[in-house]
Amino acid sequence: MPNIHPLVIFFASIFTSNMVFSNFLGMCSFISVSKEIPTAAGLGIAVTFVLSITTVLNYLVYHYIMVPFGLEYLQYIVFILVIAAFVQLLEMIMERYMEQLYYALGIFLPLITVNCAILGVSLFMVIRNYTFMQSLFFGVGSGLGWLLAILSMAGIRSRIKEANLPAGLRGPGITLIITGIMAMAFIGFSGIVQIS
Amino acid sequence: MANKKLNVKAIFKNGLFADNPVIFQIIGICSALAVTNLMMNSLIMGLALVFVTGLSSFTVSLLKDRTPAHIRMLVQVLIISAYVIIVNIFLQAYMPAMSKALGPYVGLIITNCIIMGRAEAYAISNPPVASLLDGMAAGLGYTAVLLAIAFVRELLGFGTLFGIPVLPESATAWTLMIMPPGAFFVLSIYIWIARSKRIKQEAAQEKGGQR
Repeated sequence: MPNIHPLVIFFASIFTSNMVFSNFLGMCSFISVSKEIPTAAGLGIAVTFVLSITTVLNYLVYHYIMVPFGLEYLQYIVFILVIAAFVQLLEMIMERYMEQLYYALGIFLPLITVNCAILGVSLFMVIRNYTFMQSLFFGVGSGLGWLLAILSMAGIRSRIKEANLPAGLRGPGITLIITGIMAMAFIGFSGIVQIS
Repeated sequence: MANKKLNVKAIFKNGLFADNPVIFQIIGICSALAVTNLMMNSLIMGLALVFVTGLSSFTVSLLKDRTPAHIRMLVQVLIISAYVIIVNIFLQAYMPAMSKALGPYVGLIITNCIIMGRAEAYAISNPPVASLLDGMAAGLGYTAVLLAIAFVRELLGFGTLFGIPVLPESATAWTLMIMPPGAFFVLSIYIWIARSKRIKQEAAQEKGGQR
């Protein structure tokens, strides 16, 4: 088990090993839902929330059910089921008790199940042998990092909406180029803390 | 299937060019970006995806009449994960180094939207064999783009192709290419070229149609 302080992991997962800029996770929704700030913020918050909780759930399931029974090879199926079940449950709870929030986030919730950042964080957690606290901070930090990434992208994209771009570059093309430039900027953080 | 002839050529043309999942639909790009720093990684990843997409489309199509509509997605995810587990175990057994290099991205094939997309868009309403081919075509389209990206990144970043030195010693390695930004830039340039070409084609067709 790596001996890294959970807080270090927290900051590293926001800045130096950001889910989008250094691990390329959750790119599909990052590109398609980053046109406007409010929707981006909605999805980002939902991802942060689901990510924080599913990482912890998957940690518990992995270490207390799968490892004792020697079922590690089933991790993919189990993790994705835990995520899908949690999102489904969250959807039902929100529909019942937090109607406003449900309608605000409505369309994003099903999208989250197939957001690879969620599954990715759980898999990284297993590969890197994190402890419980490390996993918790890793989950929350990765979620916040993803939120930061999609918010800043939405901010930039709402500014360049009217820009006169070559037709072939509009939409995903320019988004990827901006992501590349942002990724370069984020490399600048790598001197601060490092996890791998 | 008797009255409708299986149009293999059209399916492959669609998957590889006209409807290429990575370039035109911008799906499944997480792994496309992550594993393309080396040609070998991209090739293995691409083959794994061809295997999983093809067989999961096949299975989804086989079971389509027996799957209740409201748990359709769940069934599809289960089918896909089963094949991904096979791929993972295979890699761990026969190519442990590759398995380590690809890391979590093998598992992330499950959330690769290409597979789910083909299952939803094609396999759910088409016969098994056609679905198998359609899935494989989409997978090959993905592989082709991955190799194209990896070609540029590995050549400029390490000066090698498939690990074999190609560029002379004097060439400076362009480290940025093997770092994350390189992936974003190379893919966006491909998208730019492909889309501009398509826009030009469409404009030409419209002109021809009006005449």
